[in-house]
Amino acid sequence: MTPRRKRIVLVGLLLTGVAGAAALALTAFQQNLLYFFSPSQVAAGEAPPDYPFRLGGLVAAETVERESGSLSVRFDVTDGSQTIPVTYTGVLPDLFREGQGVVVHGQLGAGGIFHADQVLAKHDEEYMPPEVKEALQVSDNGAGASRGPMGGAP
Amino acid sequence: MWIWLHRLGSPPYFYRFAGRLLPWLWTACLICLAVGLYWGLVVAPPDYQQGDSYRIMFIHVPSAWLSLLSYVLMASFSAAALIWRVKVAEVLARSIAPLGASFTFIALVTGSLWGKPMWGAWWVWDARLTSELILLFLYLGFIALASAYDDPRRAARAAGLLAVVGVVNVPIIHFSVQWWNTLHQGSTVIKLGGPSIALSMLLPLLIMVVALHLYLFAALLQRARCELIARERSSRWVNALLPGRGVSDELA
Repeated sequence: MTPRRKRIVLVGLLLTGVAGAAALALTAFQQNLLYFFSPSQVAAGEAPPDYPFRLGGLVAAETVERESGSLSVRFDVTDGSQTIPVTYTGVLPDLFREGQGVVVHGQLGAGGIFHADQVLAKHDEEYMPPEVKEALQVSDNGAGASRGPMGGAP
Repeated sequence: MWIWLHRLGSPPYFYRFAGRLLPWLWTACLICLAVGLYWGLVVAPPDYQQGDSYRIMFIHVPSAWLSLLSYVLMASFSAAALIWRVKVAEVLARSIAPLGASFTFIALVTGSLWGKPMWGAWWVWDARLTSELILLFLYLGFIALASAYDDPRRAARAAGLLAVVGVVNVPIIHFSVQWWNTLHQGSTVIKLGGPSIALSMLLPLLIMVVALHLYLFAALLQRARCELIARERSSRWVNALLPGRGVSDELA
């Protein structure tokens, strides 16, 4: 009976010890575990100024401008309170559109413009058939953000 | 309940009990799998944004859930084996490890296949993906450690400690999408305010979840039975299975 008690206590201690260590380590590395910074965090100066980092938020409605004849695009990334203009040249993922979440990797340049070298679309956790979406679209903010650039001039 | 658990800890009883349960589990699993796959891949409507690509979640989501459940079970079996020295618990922990590793691998691969068209990247080092990858390494470490000793009881003790220590990773994986900014989206099904998925997609998903749970338990019991008779091959109850009557349908 006693050795078994002892083993229960040992396993319990092991678990609490490891859990405590993990909790401490994760709190210490909190910053490094963030995959991206939000525009508010960038505006508050939390993002590294001279190093590349990732910026995440929603593509602001009616800000996507494509340069004709190239793959260059510029848009605003917003989190509701702060907005940061982004420029990017390259192929955008399928899910990229206005109002959609994105994570862009790049560096903050002069004039607060973020120069991105990679754009990832962040999918939200909503799943529904197209009919349901149409029925839900009360305030239609122009679903015509087109389905990606398809590469090249129109 | 305790008496029953106690009896289940006896190898011959467990062997017979699992043998009786197995045909039912496999039948139910195959039915659910057939219904779930047909419903999910053919009948369910396409998503309003992702089109048909979202259908990969009918495999991805259950696999990811089961990769976590398998680990919790493996750690619980290991803890039971460490504390009470139950041989059947050692066998179960060892049998579930490759299953959990496979589910983890499937979740990572299907997620990667979905990530390329949707996110624009096969792989990113965000908290969810990284912690799930660590889970795969924990499984592989457990398997390696469990087969590193000649004495199975010793192997179970060493690997069991690793399993128990690694269990802290499970809540990290589950809550990673809430604690940190990740590229991986948050939970769809288990969240406050109910699932944010249309019923016509949720139902086939739940059927697939049931199907793969049944698969996990069926495969686990099957593997555990084999492991058990291999380990107990010199004991009287295994030898009693071999010569006499009723052997063929007992082993079938």
